[in-house]
Amino acid sequence: MFEALDAIVLARAQFAFTMSFHIVFPSFSIGLASYLAVLEALWVWTGREVFISLFNYWLKIFAVAFGMGVVSGIVMSYQFGTNWSAFADKTGPIIGPMMAYEVLTAFFLEAGFLGVMLFGLKRVGHRLHFLATLMVATGTLISTFWILSANSWMQTPAGYAINSDGQFVASDWLKVIFNPSFPYRLVHMVLAAYLTTALVVGAVGAYHLLRDQKLAGSRVMFSMAMWMVSLVAPIQMLAGDQHGLNTLKYQPAKVMAMEGHYQSHPNGAPLILFGLPDQAEAKVKYAIEVPKMSSLILKHSPNAPLTGLDTVPRKDWPPVPVTFWSFRVMVGMGCLIAGLGLLSLFLRWRGDLHRSRLFHLGAMAMGPAGFIAVLAGWITTETGRQPFTVFGLLRTVESVSPLAAPAVASSLIAFVVAYFALFIAGAIYILRLMALPPRPSEQGPRSDIPVRAAGITPAAGVAAEGAAI
Amino acid sequence: MSVSIDLATVWAFIIAFVVFVYIVMDGFDLGLGILFPLFPAKVDRDVIMNSVAPVWDGNETWLVLGGGGMMAAFPLAYAVLMPALYTPVIAMLLGLVFRGVAFEFRWRTRRERNLWDIAFAGGSLLAALAQGVALGAILQGVHVEGRHYAGGWWDWLTPFSILTGAALVVGYALLGAAWLVMKTEGELRDRAYRLSWLFLIAMLGAIGAVSIATPFLQVQYTQRWFTWPNVILTAPVPIAVAGVSALLLRSLVNKYDYQPFLLSLMLFALSYAGLGISMYPYIVPQSITIWQAASPENSQLFMLFGVAVLIPLILGYTAWAYWVFRGKVNAASGFH
Repeated sequence: MFEALDAIVLARAQFAFTMSFHIVFPSFSIGLASYLAVLEALWVWTGREVFISLFNYWLKIFAVAFGMGVVSGIVMSYQFGTNWSAFADKTGPIIGPMMAYEVLTAFFLEAGFLGVMLFGLKRVGHRLHFLATLMVATGTLISTFWILSANSWMQTPAGYAINSDGQFVASDWLKVIFNPSFPYRLVHMVLAAYLTTALVVGAVGAYHLLRDQKLAGSRVMFSMAMWMVSLVAPIQMLAGDQHGLNTLKYQPAKVMAMEGHYQSHPNGAPLILFGLPDQAEAKVKYAIEVPKMSSLILKHSPNAPLTGLDTVPRKDWPPVPVTFWSFRVMVGMGCLIAGLGLLSLFLRWRGDLHRSRLFHLGAMAMGPAGFIAVLAGWITTETGRQPFTVFGLLRTVESVSPLAAPAVASSLIAFVVAYFALFIAGAIYILRLMALPPRPSEQGPRSDIPVRAAGITPAAGVAAEGAAI
Repeated sequence: MSVSIDLATVWAFIIAFVVFVYIVMDGFDLGLGILFPLFPAKVDRDVIMNSVAPVWDGNETWLVLGGGGMMAAFPLAYAVLMPALYTPVIAMLLGLVFRGVAFEFRWRTRRERNLWDIAFAGGSLLAALAQGVALGAILQGVHVEGRHYAGGWWDWLTPFSILTGAALVVGYALLGAAWLVMKTEGELRDRAYRLSWLFLIAMLGAIGAVSIATPFLQVQYTQRWFTWPNVILTAPVPIAVAGVSALLLRSLVNKYDYQPFLLSLMLFALSYAGLGISMYPYIVPQSITIWQAASPENSQLFMLFGVAVLIPLILGYTAWAYWVFRGKVNAASGFH
């Protein structure tokens, strides 16, 4: 028994680890692909040099981030089989086709057109190249559609039956795909990806504005990013609120964990701002509360009753401390992001957007805020689903592969070592690219480097490349 | 061995097709990595990398489809085989991660370029070896109880799986060399010819060794290949292998451009057909047939619609991407 538990903990750690590393890249590249499509469209439309320069600037960064997303994604697609084979057997007939559709409609589209997008501008002409960029951007969104549909089905399963082998079988594919939490989660995630990208673009723009306020590329990217943040952040708060209400309806235990409501409150529940949830004693210690506020937010009425985890069997409780705190981190980041957006509107109105050094420092500091919010949000929703993989129907302990703990431990160590080495290197290369100012006449990824290297002397190519770095 | 046309059989052929497209597309791609240490000059390495940089992640997407498609169409087989092949699959994934990032990383640094070259070569070699080992482990059969894998996490390691691992490395190296013959010029191409020779001979040896070993692994394979009337179906395979090998030798002697690569792919196709003959109708040999592993009909039908429409479309735009980057990649003028 002890050993079985160990293997489960290790398998969960492995999924959480590989997933957390993976999700950083899509949440950046989804937004960046759309941003690149917008930049190229503006260039094709207006013919202004600054847009193609910015396009080429961000394209090089996109190439690195996308490559890392692809390779860490291949790992994810095999995690279900290696560590979660019982889950794969039971949910394969439903999750499998959705993932297959993701590959067929999205991954191939992205990969098929990525080569042309990266290296093909001179080969295929402007219009066809723009089409390739558009296909890559569309591919990232289609991919988001399918993988969030699959994830949402695990949260709020619908349209299924269970066959004699214990497998989930679709009884209605439309209900499976458009399950109750899917539309909310999709909107929330796509907006999160856009915000994450806008914050990164804004931080890079701010960094270069601090050094040179006249550089057109920095000015344009900073302005575009701040527009995006100020417009999308409020919409995201609204979307998050709606997503929360949906969760209250279909996964009440998750909301109880997010709120730290171990006890039921028949006469209006307080909003616990901070505190230390204690799972063993089933209470939140040192809680700082706003009376009736939780009922007001969740039920839009201060005295509305809210049930707590005391109405849920203890074996079905999610791990409250993790869910509680990750939720607060996400909301906190959201508030900071919205604040940044408001401030940018004010400064823009005063004409100081490109001048305020303090604001630029603030925007730089907020560069990673989107990533933190996305990770915290996913931790909230995934730990809040526990102790189930398919909410209410399939327990996590019944989903795991029949593997000995040493096997899972070894692979976990291998992934940790490899990912830290590779992703630290990748992050450094991306930061190096970002540290270069967005100059006019910026070139795209350089498939021509070896050409020059051999054409003159090998050193010339290295030097040319060194100049690009 | 009558082949009845039902949904599970259709899906078995689709998955087989997808895996074969993967081998066709990523085989030479991994082969280039395996050959990398034999081309120490930076100029050559740049050309080799560039010959595949625009298409490599499309190539690997077929592997994701193979995994995802198998989970969707034959979830039981996926659930049994993945834990059984745990170590080779994890090794393959790590290999692919290392070689994949190298495509971008080696252009981003001068100091650490050698490090990423090693990652590219080592990752490719590891991925190819792991795939071959996994194939051997499947062929020799795995221990199944109920709906679960019931063996240990080192069961896959046998002399036979090592043999198939080495065979696939040699085969991918042949594809890589033949790809370079097709895509490069001058001295690099001359060396690719010589390597094609070397790896062709090695691959024929490997095909022979695996062919001799396979039928004696389990009774089913022996009967499948050597009993009357099956021989009528199976005998043409080795005969065709001999014929294709002769043509391939001739194309290398005559220094043709495209033929060595295409004929090498045909060698792979024939070997693959041989595997199919050995395995059908099992998806986990001796334990689980394609009908036992099949998803419910409505899952398979739901996907069949998508596959029928989308795979031709995907092949179409993939072909277009290859067409855009067609022709020789050389040090003097880069992409034409």
